[in-house]
Amino acid sequence: MKLTRRKFLIGSGVVGGGLLLGFSLRDAVPVPHTRPDSFQPNAWLQITPQGEVIFQLDKAEMGQGVMTSLSAIIGEELDYDPSKMTIEFAGAHSAFKNPQMGVQITGGSTAVMTGWNPLRGAGATARAMLIAAAAKQWQVAVEQCKTDDGFVIHPDGQHRSSYGELAIQAAQQTAPSTIALKKPEDYRWVGKSLQRFDSADKVQGKTQFGVDVQLPDMKVAVVVRCPQFGGKLISFDKNSVAGAKGVKDVFAIHSGVAIVADGYWQARKAAGQLVVEWNKGPLAGLDTATILQSQKNALANAEKPFSIMDEGDVGKVLADAASVVEAEYSAPFFHHSPMEPQNCTALFSNGQLSLWAPTQTADIARAVASHFTGVPQESIVVESTFLGGGFGRRGYVDFAGEAAAIAVQQPGVPVKLMWSREDDMQHDYYRPTSYHKLRAAIDASTNVVGWHHDFVSTSVLSGFGVDLMHAMLPSWVPEKIARGIGQNVADFVPAYDISMGEGTNIPYAISNRKAGLVHYDAGIPTGFWRSVSHSFNAFAVEGFVDELAHAVKKDPVDFRREYLKDSPRHLAVLNLAVEKSRWNIMPRIAGFGRGVAVHESFGSVVAIVADVLVTGDQYAVTRLVIAVDCGLVINPDQVIAQMEGGAVYGLTAVMKNGVDIVDGACAQSNFHDLPVLRMNESPVIAAFIVPSTNKPGGIGEVAVPPVAPAVANAIFAATGKRLRDLPLKLNA
Amino acid sequence: MIEFFLNGQPVAVEMESDTPLLWALREGLQKTGTKFGCGQGLCGACTVLVNGNPTRSCVLPVANIAGQRVTTIEGLQGSHAVQQAWLDENVSQCGYCQPGQIMSAVGLLSSNTNPTDEDILTAMTGNICRCGTYPRIVKAIKSAAKILRHQSLPDPATEKTSGGAL
Repeated sequence: MKLTRRKFLIGSGVVGGGLLLGFSLRDAVPVPHTRPDSFQPNAWLQITPQGEVIFQLDKAEMGQGVMTSLSAIIGEELDYDPSKMTIEFAGAHSAFKNPQMGVQITGGSTAVMTGWNPLRGAGATARAMLIAAAAKQWQVAVEQCKTDDGFVIHPDGQHRSSYGELAIQAAQQTAPSTIALKKPEDYRWVGKSLQRFDSADKVQGKTQFGVDVQLPDMKVAVVVRCPQFGGKLISFDKNSVAGAKGVKDVFAIHSGVAIVADGYWQARKAAGQLVVEWNKGPLAGLDTATILQSQKNALANAEKPFSIMDEGDVGKVLADAASVVEAEYSAPFFHHSPMEPQNCTALFSNGQLSLWAPTQTADIARAVASHFTGVPQESIVVESTFLGGGFGRRGYVDFAGEAAAIAVQQPGVPVKLMWSREDDMQHDYYRPTSYHKLRAAIDASTNVVGWHHDFVSTSVLSGFGVDLMHAMLPSWVPEKIARGIGQNVADFVPAYDISMGEGTNIPYAISNRKAGLVHYDAGIPTGFWRSVSHSFNAFAVEGFVDELAHAVKKDPVDFRREYLKDSPRHLAVLNLAVEKSRWNIMPRIAGFGRGVAVHESFGSVVAIVADVLVTGDQYAVTRLVIAVDCGLVINPDQVIAQMEGGAVYGLTAVMKNGVDIVDGACAQSNFHDLPVLRMNESPVIAAFIVPSTNKPGGIGEVAVPPVAPAVANAIFAATGKRLRDLPLKLNA
Repeated sequence: MIEFFLNGQPVAVEMESDTPLLWALREGLQKTGTKFGCGQGLCGACTVLVNGNPTRSCVLPVANIAGQRVTTIEGLQGSHAVQQAWLDENVSQCGYCQPGQIMSAVGLLSSNTNPTDEDILTAMTGNICRCGTYPRIVKAIKSAAKILRHQSLPDPATEKTSGGAL
């Protein structure tokens, strides 16, 4: 069967869903992991005559649970128990591009949101073709056949065939132009708290992360980089590591000096011995204080911030106001620090480059590897592994570019590039700094009638635009042109990058409202950090809303309810969090404080009620009660898990220091000076779901934004001190 | 040549004596369940049991464990009460830190099958999880403790010894 050679374009609308299913199995490169004899109705699914059902998981599993949730979605419509599927990481292919982003990226909490329709369509199409094959074989009407977890059955009880038995015939069927999807009440796996399919391996240490890739006769490489961002190598002394045991090669690559050795320890020790001279580059001498001041100046001097929202006449209501409330908020650079330091394994052999990469962006990894090696993208295969945390960091693929550059200098030898924790913290794409100025107008009847929020931050496109466009444009576009377009994107789009304004379009019924952004780029690498711009915008907005509640002497919950009466989803999560937290029943403990915040991001709305206990100039976050409306829920237990995890991730940036820049470099190096939240600091967390039949929203990031303002508001309730700078410190 | 017991079996590695045990396990013996997180003993991802005691293998020279008993996640064979509790509570997210978390928990429960919240925090605060699975880890340890309290048999994987010869 030559299915993959057939022109196989499925364009179909689904009954009731109106979804567009358009993908082609024909591409410059074939769909990875194709079995020659399988029934392959689309890029995601294969069914072998032996009965193996194989799902190409095109999203990175970084803890957020897509291996379980996306398998459940496709399995539901295929009518096949997802826990019995063979699930493979798909590798890079155009069929797997994220429809929201044009590249194959796992990010923006979009996996379920964007996979929901295509994966249901893919499963249902396969099921329809299996039924058609059975009906033809049994000479019965299609309508008489049903499926039951891997079998097509005929109600007369005479006929029953497994999907495997039908695979060869199914491949000969024409894909239906319309398909019926299951009714939600018939779901067997969607909406159930399935145990994660990756759990059993994870508790046994069997899961293969990037660092665990083993190839015969593999070497290990480390890279010594200039501490300063944008610094350049002047020279290095190869003799300084001449006697180092196990060292095989030392050479310069685009990002520094690569040391290849038999093992990690040998390479790392040699790196410590290497004598190397750097040109510190354009950021030499730059420090945090200068950056923050320049950022403030950029906002102060901006003639007209780029408008994100402008309704009514804010200027007039501010001028006419009975009182005006003003505040400034700020957030520092922040590191990702996934538990697995960056790494990538590469092998260059006979003109082919193979990468094994723990990445959120397999096709960008391919483009970047091509850029640094000259190997055409068609000759590069990217295999994805499990990710030991992503949080946005692994949307950047600098490690893949390095591994590729090293591998092409060691032809025939597999090389695993390993970053140290220090490398990982000091060469991150940090959450950008931000600085916010907010003003609100209150009229004589203590109504909030005007809202003005201007802020300055750095666009993720500054550091991402070039690689993004290189991967997004078809591979026949010459690299120079693709990257040139990308450079234009990186240079000119950030000032108008409305994604920086995510979360500034307030849900509150304040009729005169305005928000504007100013772009400021200090040259420090910045990027996506779990919830991206929401993380600082929600802090400023929800902190300031709390200030307004107090300014008009209203309970923060009552105030929000009043101004959210036209935002039912916000109201529902707020009410649920308030109810579950027993908002009005405050423990009578000295230093106790309770705060609330509600924020919409990535198609979902989350409310958090935070309890804090303040002792002197220290505070502990003792409890978080979380309510989420994320639309239709695929796996309730994993939604809860993401609420818990997102809150803890967010709390680190609330309670722990951000990254300091000294002399153009990250001043900290490991968990002792960039501490993260530990178990003894982790609050009790209770999370609840607002039931919904709306289309699924995101869950991976949405718990992060409301954490910071909820805690800041709780600290205010406990102490009367309004903390407006992250991290929140009472002794600052 | 450095010899020690790994998960009950005698093993030998030929690596420089200052090589941390972590790399002897991962690269010398291909036991990759034990993870590299920080290289400074700060995060606990590399936690193994040495003679039953939770130990950060990334800062322990392999020469120091000559003749000692090392237990890694592979040595629990998937059947330990702690592993079962981790599955029941769906603890793992990315899963990278979990072998280290599990080894710390096994170490705790081997000497205390009725830990208080404070005992759990004391034992586990050296293990970082960036996915934020802490609340579930606490639950899982309590449920594993319950299972272990109902098992009277000693656990060979964590039986404490005074070290000693091969």
